[in-house]
Amino acid sequence: MGKKLLLKNDHITGIQGYDVYRREGGYASVEKALKTMTPEAVVEEVKKSGLRGRGGAGFPTGMKWSFLAKPPGVARYLVCNADESEPGTFKDRYLMERIPHLLIEGMITSSFALGANTSYIYIRGEYYYVARILEKAIDEAYANGWLGQNILGSGYSLDLYVQVGAGAYICGEETALLESLEGKRGNPRIKPPFPAVAGLYGCPTVVNNVETIAAVVPIVNDGGDEYAKVGIGKSTGTKLISASGHINKPGVYEIEMGITVEDFIYSDEYCGGIRNGKKLKAVVAGGSSVPILPAHLILKTSAGEKRLMSYESLADGGFATGTMLGSGGFIVMDEDTSIVKNLWNFTRFYHHESCGQCSPCREGTGWMEKILHRILEGHGSMSDVDLLWDIQGKIEGKTICPLGDAAAWPVAAAIRHFRSEFEDYIKNPKNIRDVKHYYRLNNLVEA
Amino acid sequence: MALTKEIRFNDETMALVQRMMKRYPEGKHKSALIPILHIAQAEFDGWLSPEVMDYVASVMKIQPIEVYEVASFYSMFNLKPVGKCLIEVCRTSSCWLLGAEDVIRHLEKKLNIKVGETSADGMFTLKTVECLGSCGTAPMMQVGADYYENLNLEKVDQLVSRFKAEGKRKSYTDQPEPRSL
Repeated sequence: MGKKLLLKNDHITGIQGYDVYRREGGYASVEKALKTMTPEAVVEEVKKSGLRGRGGAGFPTGMKWSFLAKPPGVARYLVCNADESEPGTFKDRYLMERIPHLLIEGMITSSFALGANTSYIYIRGEYYYVARILEKAIDEAYANGWLGQNILGSGYSLDLYVQVGAGAYICGEETALLESLEGKRGNPRIKPPFPAVAGLYGCPTVVNNVETIAAVVPIVNDGGDEYAKVGIGKSTGTKLISASGHINKPGVYEIEMGITVEDFIYSDEYCGGIRNGKKLKAVVAGGSSVPILPAHLILKTSAGEKRLMSYESLADGGFATGTMLGSGGFIVMDEDTSIVKNLWNFTRFYHHESCGQCSPCREGTGWMEKILHRILEGHGSMSDVDLLWDIQGKIEGKTICPLGDAAAWPVAAAIRHFRSEFEDYIKNPKNIRDVKHYYRLNNLVEA
Repeated sequence: MALTKEIRFNDETMALVQRMMKRYPEGKHKSALIPILHIAQAEFDGWLSPEVMDYVASVMKIQPIEVYEVASFYSMFNLKPVGKCLIEVCRTSSCWLLGAEDVIRHLEKKLNIKVGETSADGMFTLKTVECLGSCGTAPMMQVGADYYENLNLEKVDQLVSRFKAEGKRKSYTDQPEPRSL
């Protein structure tokens, strides 16, 4: 059983409510920070912890915080990114729904560290019911003196609000999120200036993922050094993994970084192996944007070492033979999965979600979707595979925000590792009907 | 589709809208646009007509174009009339791997409409959506505030029957049904 830092009280009845959360030691980090620490000392602990952004990019949180500009007389903001939209990822919803006060507590402690007196939690619109849960928790926090004016007599004041979005993957990109929070279309901004200098309303702003902010609670409670002892190498602490697809036990698992991928997929403590006794074909390890890997490369690196659930090990081999931890959206595919149709599904997603600002992404995602659709309909030609390769290469790195890269990487990886499958579809269009690319619900198939 | 009532927030809703605009610094109340559009959509028959958008602009003292450009960007805002129950089936990655296509086909047959259409009685509109963050409980669909997860065709039938019997309009802003955790 690995160490749990965020979900350790997940099993306790009533932990959603304030009283039980407080009884189990909740809000201790706020007391500790506001009564015994300076904001700089809190930032220092986060730096020491080695915590890296849990939204997908994995950028060191302490460093991000230390970039925050502090011009006198200018408001600073902390914005929590609860826009969770990366296909395969549902950990933040799980955490907010089950332990909402952990996020509220993290927001207070983090806002104190950054000197923010107004903070926002931007949550995707589809999670409207979760926004209500957070608002209730915020009301309870106000009622018990954890929010508002002069918290705990420290002289520090904070107002916290929940802001709902309205359906747009792009708003998970931090500058698009800020645009949306300002009441505009979610078009990403050109950087620099970075939000740390000019973010919300042109003021210095930090945007952090839900899980990142929640992790600040154990970091402040136990100290950054203690947090850094958990995990492996530069992948410190625990990570919430959203496991889904063809596995026996889908769900959210808090893992200590450094366990093996094999253990994660096959052990009963986690995914419990592949459903229906099938064989593993491929895994998308960190949300739909990261490169897909075939079974042999996800279980072992190209050097033959066991691959671990950590930023470094999953990235071992670069994009040639490795992938990324990303958001921890772990999608498992069994031997019957059609990689071609799966890729079509992903490209359609990116085409749908492209904001349309940059031509390579706006046009390229649509072309890729259409080409894949043509192949699936039996009208593909051999040159289509090279064309797909060419288009993805012309999107990657040529757009304002990373959505372009996110759309390009899955295409490149699928062709890199499964080229023959694409060629099969093209060479034998008559056989496409026989390919098991249509998924049926178990035992509930209509006649 | 004619609106069933005058385009005006009632006093209670207006008070809520005014409170929402105060969540932001002086002069930045435009930030409340998306939350207010959610309320307007729920209040005025589940969609944002040009008249409703103009009304929101007047309440917020912003230009109508500022409302149109936002309403047309986000997938949860309907710019055309929809049925009382907008059924949104997730079709991305894990939901697709676990049978979303079956759910969609089944609903098309059962409701006798195609994706994007509204049933003749105005009760149902069927829509497919991208990942709703419920991959571990796939396949799933959203109706109003509620997520219906781990679907199978039997469950879908039961839900459709229930919605029909209730005959109520479903909105994202509704009080959600109790969920077992």
